[in-house]
Amino acid sequence: MERKIIELDQGWAYMLKGITKLKRILEGLTEDPFSSEDYIFLYTTIYNMCTQKPPHDYSQQLYDMYREVFDEYIASMVLPSLKEKHDEFMLSELVQRWLNHKVMVRWQSRFFHYLDRYFVARRSLPALYEVGLTCFRDLVYQEVKANARDAVISLIDKEREGEQIDRALLKNVIDIFVAIGMGQMELYEQDFEVHMLQDSGAYYSRKASSWISDDSCPDYMLKAEECLKRERDRVSHYLHISSEQKLVEKVQHELLVVYEMQLLEKEYSGCRALLRDDKVEDLSRMYRLYHKIPKGLDPVSTIFKQHVTAEGMALVQQAEDVASSQTANGGVGMQELVLVRKIIELHDKYVAYVNDCFLNHSLFHKALKEAFEVFCNKAVSGSSSAELLATFCDNILKKGGSEKLSDEAIEETLEKVVKLLAYISDKDLFAEFYRKKLARRLLFDRSANEDHEKSILTKLKQQCGAQFTSKMEGMVTDLTLARENQNSFEEYLHNNTNVNPGLDLTVTVLTTGFWPSYKSCDLSLPQEMAAALLLFNNADRLSYSEMMTQLNLTHDDLVRLLHSLSCAKYKILNKEPNTKTILQTDNFEFNSKFTDRMRRIKVPLPPVDERKRVIEDVDKDRRYAIDAALVRIMKSRKVLGHQQLVMECVEQLGRMFKPDIKAIKKRMEDLITRDYLERDKDNQNIFKYLA
Amino acid sequence: MIDPEGIETLCSDMEVDHTDVRILMLAWKMKAEKQGYFILEEWRRGLKALRADTINKLKKALPELEKEVKRPSTFVDFYSYAFRYCLTEEKQKSIDIESICELLDLVLGSQFHAQVNLFIQYLKTQNDYKVINMDQWMGFYRFCNEISFPELSNYDPNLAWPLILDNFVEWLKAKQS
Repeated sequence: MERKIIELDQGWAYMLKGITKLKRILEGLTEDPFSSEDYIFLYTTIYNMCTQKPPHDYSQQLYDMYREVFDEYIASMVLPSLKEKHDEFMLSELVQRWLNHKVMVRWQSRFFHYLDRYFVARRSLPALYEVGLTCFRDLVYQEVKANARDAVISLIDKEREGEQIDRALLKNVIDIFVAIGMGQMELYEQDFEVHMLQDSGAYYSRKASSWISDDSCPDYMLKAEECLKRERDRVSHYLHISSEQKLVEKVQHELLVVYEMQLLEKEYSGCRALLRDDKVEDLSRMYRLYHKIPKGLDPVSTIFKQHVTAEGMALVQQAEDVASSQTANGGVGMQELVLVRKIIELHDKYVAYVNDCFLNHSLFHKALKEAFEVFCNKAVSGSSSAELLATFCDNILKKGGSEKLSDEAIEETLEKVVKLLAYISDKDLFAEFYRKKLARRLLFDRSANEDHEKSILTKLKQQCGAQFTSKMEGMVTDLTLARENQNSFEEYLHNNTNVNPGLDLTVTVLTTGFWPSYKSCDLSLPQEMAAALLLFNNADRLSYSEMMTQLNLTHDDLVRLLHSLSCAKYKILNKEPNTKTILQTDNFEFNSKFTDRMRRIKVPLPPVDERKRVIEDVDKDRRYAIDAALVRIMKSRKVLGHQQLVMECVEQLGRMFKPDIKAIKKRMEDLITRDYLERDKDNQNIFKYLA
Repeated sequence: MIDPEGIETLCSDMEVDHTDVRILMLAWKMKAEKQGYFILEEWRRGLKALRADTINKLKKALPELEKEVKRPSTFVDFYSYAFRYCLTEEKQKSIDIESICELLDLVLGSQFHAQVNLFIQYLKTQNDYKVINMDQWMGFYRFCNEISFPELSNYDPNLAWPLILDNFVEWLKAKQS
């Protein structure tokens, strides 16, 4: 059946009826809602007009007229109503009009839907929905966007100042900026976000400049923290999520970056002061605020390092002052041991800071390490830090040491001492001093507790490697074996009473190489003294004249001799009468009661000599170590530049000590002379390995 | 073979003092190995190179020889030769300070007067080194050539200069201030 042709005018008249009704509904005028018949009629009208054969196929015209409906409506109703309102009222109106528009588009595009199905698709034109939104964008949005944006921003600023604002309204307005982009964020970013960020920046810049001069550092930080919290809150309530990062960065920049140095360096409340006064909470806040800012923590860690270094140096200086005001006794005194204890405490304190305030951040670990490396290598009244540390250990580990601690406390302290060793550059020097003192403790049975001795060796091994402790462990093992041997020997004696050596015999077998070398100082006397003493092998008691006869010395010599043996520090002979002068009538008896702590009589070496000896030994070892390292490196590299060689050498040796550059140069020259290395003919800065 | 006495005669014939640097230059031209002696081969070599067959011609060839030696391209060779020439013992690798000072003056004194004088002064006062080896000897020549004097502005102790020169520069700087 032939369908009746609907002319354009006619069809459009039908549509207009529906459209007018729609508009009235949107304007809030009383109308019945659309029934399904209304809707079908409108839809079908369009359908027919589009499926009629040309020239009655009115698709193109209808497509254009669809759009013109919006244009007309906007021009006559929407824009005027917006223009007459301002600020918040304008925003409300805008939101309302936007909602209306969306409804209108939805309905109208349903009426005209058939166009979407064929005409739009065939011609690759924008869909009806898009056309509708584009109208709003081009006619309304572009007109009001500036005012809308300004209104929003000023509301935001009001809220920042503490006023209550209509957050839902702002959210709706901002949603328009987002939705109007129809999938792209460009409009939101260009028309709103950029300006919002700029305004926010200016706002916080003003605030910062007044706060920075009036507020203390902790107060300022509290405010900054609060502001950042509020801005995040703002985003979650009405700004678009994509703005969060940018806004936070902006605010951080104005509040924290621009004024960072001024803030941190405030004299009475800045970072230094907070460290001084142990304001842990404020420092934690400072960390939280700055750790998200690139390089934000650098100045904080620098100040931290300076502070710790200053505290450490002060302790060192204190010890130095006390030590120098007392009479120099050449050894390591009480003050130096106290210093070590104090440094341990300082370390504990600031490790806690790094862990708690600074959440274990590597920057602060590094700062702490560098600070300790500065003052832990300072000598105090002639003793190097390596020696101090070794003496401190000795004091804890020996019987009768000045520190009376529980087992647990000792373990803990030893643990901490080993940690301090990491900061000392002359580790090999420490090893040597430690070994000497360990030897003395072991040989003279002055070690308080074998478990502690073993425990610290384990810790040292863990930290510095097996080579570091191999000799020391050897020494301890020697003693354990020696004790076992001694026990077996005594048991043997006990079971075989006929095999009695006639004197108390204790033998300690020591492995050469583990033990430090000692100058053998047995009974070391001039000949005459030895001769005099030998006389007493055959007699307990001799008179002056008897000795005179036997020794054939002059009176002067004999008097001098006997004086030194009987009236000086070591009374090897007892004199009768016990006066301070030698008379020819005196009698002498061998002093069987003579004892000294040492089995061997020796002139006590002043500790200074020992220290010099240790340093000399270590220097010698270092020379070998440098040689070995240089040869090792050159052997593998064959050809290497001077600076690189020095650098690698320093790196290789770094675990044990910090080699002096001049010393390395000297060893290199020695190696050249010994034909291990040669300089390159053309470039004096390059060395070649000679196989 | 010409022995030390013979050389002395030769010198007086040429009217040149036997401590004159030109004798050393002659030895160099001959590639003479042992100080104080010229063997026949060396003698022949030197005279042939100088195109001299009489004492007179030899004497006349000396200025030309001097010029040749002083040319930068050949001087290095002569300079290192001078050191080796003074190594009299078999396994000797260094020369004592006293002799080095004389040798320096002889060989470099005219060219680098200031540096040589100060270095000699330094060598005589320092205690670290009792002898100088080839590496240090050559290093000093490079020093004279490359380092601005007396400013010492381009000297970098972090480079591979021999340690003795590092110490020398330190001493100089302390002296200047």
